[in-house]
This record gives sequence, structure tokens and C-alpha cells, in this order.
Amino acid sequence: MTKMLNLKLRIWRQDGPHSQGAFLDIDADGIPEDASFLEMLDVVNERLIADDIEPVTFGHDCREGICGTCGVMINGQAHGPEKATAVCQLHMRKFDDGDEIVIEPWKAQSFPVLKDLMVDRRAFDRIVEAGGYISAPTGTAPDANEIPVPKEVADLAMDAAACIGCGACVAACPNSAAQLFTSAKLAHLNLLPQGQPERWRRTENMVETMEDYFGTCTNHGECHEACPKEISLDFIAFMNRDYVKAKVKNRSLASQR
Amino acid sequence: MTITLDAKIPDGSIAEKWDNHKFSVKLVNPANKRKFEIIVVGSGLAGASAAASLAELGYNVKVFTYHDSPRRAHSIAAQGGINAAKNYRNDGDSVFRLFYDTVKGGDYRSREANVYRLAQVSVDIIDQCAAQGVPFAREYGGLLANRSFGGAQVSRTFYARGQTGQQLLLGAYQALAAQIAAGKVTLYNRSDVLDIVTKGGEACGIVTRDMLTGAVHGHTGHAVVLATGGYGNVYYLSTNAMACNVSASWRAHRKGALFANPCYTQIHPTCIPAADEFQSKLTLMSESLRNDGRIWVPRDRDETRAAAEIAEEERYYYLEEKYPAFGNLVPRDVASRNAKTVVDEGRGVGPLKNGVYLDFAAAIARDGVEAVKERYGNLFDMYERITGEDPYSVPMRIYPATHYTMGGLWVDYNLMTSVPGLYALGEANFSDHGANRLGASALMQGLADGYFVLPYTIGDYLAPKLGDTPVPTNDPVFTDAISAVDDRTRRWMDVKGTHGVEHYHRELGKIVWEYCGMARNEAGLQKALSEIPALRDEFRKNVKVLGSPDGINTMLEKVNRVDDFMEFAELKVSDALHRRESCGGHFREESQTPEGEALRDDDNFAYVAAWEWKGADAEPELHKEPLEFENVKLTQRSYK
Repeated sequence: MTKMLNLKLRIWRQDGPHSQGAFLDIDADGIPEDASFLEMLDVVNERLIADDIEPVTFGHDCREGICGTCGVMINGQAHGPEKATAVCQLHMRKFDDGDEIVIEPWKAQSFPVLKDLMVDRRAFDRIVEAGGYISAPTGTAPDANEIPVPKEVADLAMDAAACIGCGACVAACPNSAAQLFTSAKLAHLNLLPQGQPERWRRTENMVETMEDYFGTCTNHGECHEACPKEISLDFIAFMNRDYVKAKVKNRSLASQR
Repeated sequence: MTITLDAKIPDGSIAEKWDNHKFSVKLVNPANKRKFEIIVVGSGLAGASAAASLAELGYNVKVFTYHDSPRRAHSIAAQGGINAAKNYRNDGDSVFRLFYDTVKGGDYRSREANVYRLAQVSVDIIDQCAAQGVPFAREYGGLLANRSFGGAQVSRTFYARGQTGQQLLLGAYQALAAQIAAGKVTLYNRSDVLDIVTKGGEACGIVTRDMLTGAVHGHTGHAVVLATGGYGNVYYLSTNAMACNVSASWRAHRKGALFANPCYTQIHPTCIPAADEFQSKLTLMSESLRNDGRIWVPRDRDETRAAAEIAEEERYYYLEEKYPAFGNLVPRDVASRNAKTVVDEGRGVGPLKNGVYLDFAAAIARDGVEAVKERYGNLFDMYERITGEDPYSVPMRIYPATHYTMGGLWVDYNLMTSVPGLYALGEANFSDHGANRLGASALMQGLADGYFVLPYTIGDYLAPKLGDTPVPTNDPVFTDAISAVDDRTRRWMDVKGTHGVEHYHRELGKIVWEYCGMARNEAGLQKALSEIPALRDEFRKNVKVLGSPDGINTMLEKVNRVDDFMEFAELKVSDALHRRESCGGHFREESQTPEGEALRDDDNFAYVAAWEWKGADAEPELHKEPLEFENVKLTQRSYK
């Protein structure tokens, strides 16, 4: 028979970005250990609805750990206690009967709370729009095999491109810095031969847009610890090196005009 | 209004049709493209690729998504790969072979001309994506790697680890981001499309609800493109994301767009079975597992021992026994139906007796743990994370789940629905997969439609409209649609019933899964047709929506979607009832071969069933588009 857990939850509730929030203390009894963390919240919500209380709002969609929509702080940890796991893939068997679980939204100024556990991460999109792409209008591409990409390079680019944009890196960082997210996108594109023509302008624009929104990196490494895709800190070093180079390169490119 | 179903298939041989058509469609000159506004709903592979490509051409594009970011659309979850007739393996692939495999795999219920075009542009997709920086798997020489996939005898699938959908979507999303930065695309995120607006029979806009503020707005355009995905969540449990819904398509249907083949649904055989009544969605495990896993159930229905204690002769390897030639590698639909049969017989495994074993013990004994880990390590980890069981030491438990829907809005060769100016792309349309979709073909179709088909065909509709201003949003067609949306919202808020939305969605799912799932029969479908309207009435009278409509309200978002599913489900079941043949994912128990395989009835059912909405209290009207096969010979599938 499935083991059942009785839990004590403290869930952050907040009506809107400018409202005062508060914790809701609620007992969640009879939670099957095979339920996912979000299914546990579903159960809590159905019980709230039965009592005519508005359900807790939280972001979620694919529930397969790939869309990056979900993410909450669980007892102070972004995405909770299981390593390399987004909260939708975290299951209740990782908790014990009688546990107290504190559930809060991502805490970062650039991710304002929209309601309860749901935050606004549009700043990430602004960073990508600043240069996180390769300009290749539809129809212009040469045959895919005309530009060989060494396997090691493709694999490393894929490691970086695996980022799901959930924001756990920012939430876990004491400075609310977005270096891991930004550097992952930069590494994905800057490593590939197709990404070279725009490499320097991309780097300068993305880094500076990032700095408009987010704090500064002081190499704590909490981002990597929290990352459900285990994106490597090396990419941050790679980005810093490219940014310094970009400052020089973009000048010399400009002087050629 | 009488509807004439003209697929507008171009003249010429199958290989010439697309080229002929590209030359014959009207063009909008580059300077004039900026005079047009195009609305794109959905930001998955089809929507994002279409929006980016149209903006690159110079059109002004508005993109609507209910996500916070376009990158989160459910295309992102596709694992396996994308097909293309590149023939990089030198193994005899060609455009014609991909076309042939797709028509055959679809059990001869798709339109030849569309499928051929899909195969033709497949090669351009790979070029486009590689140029965008999609990190496809590579060989040591730096050239692209391929894998083989079900339903094909050549190796034509391109992939990026097990995250091909993610990488292709990020490519399209990044192209879209570039156009947003350039000011050619305006993004409306967290916007729920609640109605499609038409004037004089032509599409002119949409009505949306801002999911943050609750504000309802009209948006106008010269054309409206729906790339809003499939209807798999009508089953409640599926591999779809939680928010996937049929609403945009259904609202378009109510405004005159015909809905084609809604009974066609693909049930994927290897998903993790539900663990408890709170299960919210099902997770797919890659089909590749069937290459090495052996599928079995205990012979004894009252078996209670652990798998390892059950002796070899007490195990029922039902696929290997029934299909000695193909064994565990029979196609998706056959594997799914057989799993249902043994579970229905009471032989299911697991605490809820709702799965079958997929056992790797033989593969581990033969090749060693390391070899198995090398092949399937990430899948085994995912399984362990979800179930808490270690598949290296106990067999996996699997069961089929709804995965993809081949039916959708009827479209002509230009991807235009029966409403002029309204287009449907990707999974939202019906055109390319017939009654069954082959693996690695969904990504191909979404991107083909968005990158390489719509940008050519939409000009044909727009060119004569040069100089027309879009219908203003204070026109009665908009204000009426907006007040209808407001009324609907008020009705939900006023019901103050006793059950939440989730309850009704779950109940609907049970009916549709039971009677219109893996196997269907006359009596069951009739039963569903009486139960669905009763449930819908009860739902509308007794659903509980709390909170305020003026702000974030997830219950309100969902109640509209479930309401649309309630109406859609009835059409889906009606379609299944009318199609008294089995084909692909549609298995009518009355129509099977002596071996229990799907038996088509080409004389009576070789057509697309396109349904017309006739009002809430009227029967939908069936229109038939006959399917003619000039290049592929119709045969009976056999996997013995």
C-alpha cells in the first residue's frame, strides 16, 4: 500500500505585486508519497476549494522538468532538496511524515511576485532579445553539413543549451545575479561556428542587458547547486572572458568603419 | 452558408505540385508587406517559426501566448527527434520514401499532396535549424548524426540528445526574440484567447483575456493564424502539459471552421502508469526502450508476488507470443491495445494493477549493466525519480497514454481553414498524419508549416487586400464578441456550485478514455454520447469558481477550457461512432482482421470527415473530402 504523509505546510500567499503577503499555515494530511510536489499542492488546492478558499497560485505546465515554468523555494532551497530536479519532478517520498515544509516564491527583485508563488520572469526574455540568437532569416541557410561542428563543441554547446530558463539560479543567488542563465545562452551560441559573426556584439549586449536587471556575481556557486539541469559554472568564466574581449573587439570592429 | 470543401490541391505530378503552386500564388511585394497585420496564436514550433518568418518578410506580427515566455510552449517536451529526407546515411532515403512512409504510417487517411510537400521541405528545416545554432548530435567528423525511428527502414532522424523539441523550440524562440527586438513582432504573453472574430465570413481578429489583470481586449488583423496544438487533454490524463487545450480551435469551429477527424488520437504505449487518484499528468518514456525491454504480465490474475519471484513459465510475454516476427517492436497502436487487453483481463501489475512490466533483466544479463546504462541511463534515472523504483533491479511498469492528436481544424493546401483568413498550423490542423503519426514527424510538421509553407501561402490571401484597413476593435463584431466573453465570465462566477473545475475535467476524461480511447465500439460510444451532455449540464450548473475575474484566476482560466472540452468531446465521440472502420489510432472493435488487427474499409471511409458546427442544440453536419491515392498503393498492415 502507498505510504501516506501528514505534513505541516507554510505557504506564501500574496494577492499581487504590490500587496502585503503572509504565510498560510495549513495541515496537509494523507498525502501519498508517490505524488509529485505539485500534485501535493493540487490536493491542498482542492481541499481549499472545498472550503471556499481561493486555491494557491503557482506556475507549472509540462510537469516533466523541461518547460521551466515551475519553481518555488522549499525550506529555503530553490526547487527543493533533490539535486538536479525541478520541483515538478520532486516527489513526496523525499519527505518524511510530520515534516514542516515552507513554500515561498522565487525571491529576487527582478522577479516580482505576481500572485502567491507565481513570479514574473520577463527579464530573462529581455536578455535573450538583446542578442541571444543567430541571425539566420528563414530560407538563407546553407546545407546543414556544409559547416562541420566538432563533436566536442556540439556537445558542450548542448550542455549549455539545456538551460530551461526557470530562474532557480537567480533565486538561489545571494545577489540575485543571472550570470548562469546568461552565460549558458552565450556559451551555446558563442561556441558554435554559426555563432561567430555576432559573437562580440551578442556578448556585450546580453551582458549589459543582464546588468540592467540583475545583481552582480560574486562566485558563490549557489546557482549551479540549484540548477535542475546542472549547468556548469565554467560558462560564467567563459562569458567573463568573452565580455572583456568583446569590449576590445567591438571597438576595433568599429574603428574599421 | 453552404460550405464547399475545396482542398485547392495544385495541378501537376506529385513532385511538381508545390513548385507549381509557389509560382502561381499571388505575392505581396516587400514594401507592401509592412501594411499588413497578422495575428499568430501560440508560440510553439509552428507558431514561433511562422511568426519569426513572417516578421522577417516584413509583415507586422502580433504573437499571443498564455505562457509567461514563448519558450515554454509544449513543443519543448518532445524527446526523440525530427525526420528529414536528407539521405546523409546513403541508405536509400529520398523525399518519395519519407512521403511514402508517412502516408502508409498514417494508415492511408492523409492527403497525398500535403504529405509530399512536408517531405520536400523537411530537408530545408534541418538546414535552417543548424544555421540557427540548434546543437544537433554530431559525428566525430563534425557532420550531423542520425538515428532510426519506428515505422521506417532508413536512418533519417536528427536529434539533440533526448531534448530535440527543446532545442528546436529554442531556435524558433530565439528567431522570434530577434524579431521582437527589431520591433516587427509584438508579444502578448499571458494572454488567453477566448474567441475568434469574423466579419462577413472572414477572420478579422481575436478576443483575449489578460491573465494578469483580467482585462478583455479585441485584437485586429488582416489574417489570424492558429498554432495552438492538439486536444489530448480531453482525456484529462495525457502526456500533454497542464494548460494544453482545444479552446482556440473549438472557438474557431464555432465560428465556422470545420473540425476534421477529431476521433484520431495517438496513444503512446510506453508511459508511466498513474500512481494514485491525484495523478495530474502522465510521463512518456522513450519508445526506444522497447528495443531491449521485454514486455510481460503474470499469467495468474491473482498474482501477488514480486516480479523476480515469478518463474519464467508463469510469465505471459504476450507480444512475443502473439507477434513472433515483430515481438516487442510492434507499432505503437498494436502495443497499446494489447496492453489494454491484458490489464482489462485483470493481469495488470503494480499496486493499482494498471500497468505491464517492461523488463530489462534479459538485456542486463546479456550485455551487462554498463551497456544498458549507456543506452538508457537518463531514462532509467527519470523513471526512478518518478516512481522511486530502480529499473536496474525491478522491471519498469508501463501503460499507454494519450500523446498526440492527428485530427484538428480542416485546412486546404494553403493551410487555410474553411474560414477565409483563418489558418491552422502544426498539431492544430489535421492534414499530414492521417490516422496515425510516425515518431519524429510532429516536430517536422510544425516547423514545415511555420518556416516554409505559411510564409508562401498567406500572401495569396493577403495580396488582394492591399489597402484594406483592419476591422477596428470598436466595430460591433468585436464589441459583441467581447461582451459575449464578459457574459460567459459572469456566468461562471455566478454559478457558485459545489465542485471545482478539476473534478469535472477528471470525470470527462474518464468517459472519453473508457469509451473513446484505445478501443471503441458502438455501444460504448453511444453510452459516451449520453453521458457527456449529462456531465456538461451538471458542470455548467454546479461548478465552483472562486475569486475575482479581475486579476490572476487560474480557476476561471480552466473553467473556460474544460467547457470547450465538454463540447468538443461530444464531437470527437460522434466522429468515432460514424467511422465504422478501424484505421491507425482509431480502433473499432467491430472492424478487425481475424488476427485482431485494425481493418480499414477503404470503399466507404477513404475520406476526411470534416464537421460543421450547427449550433449548441443541433447535430453537427458532416462534410467529406474524398482521399485519392495516386502515388501510394493501399495495403493492409501486418506485423505477424
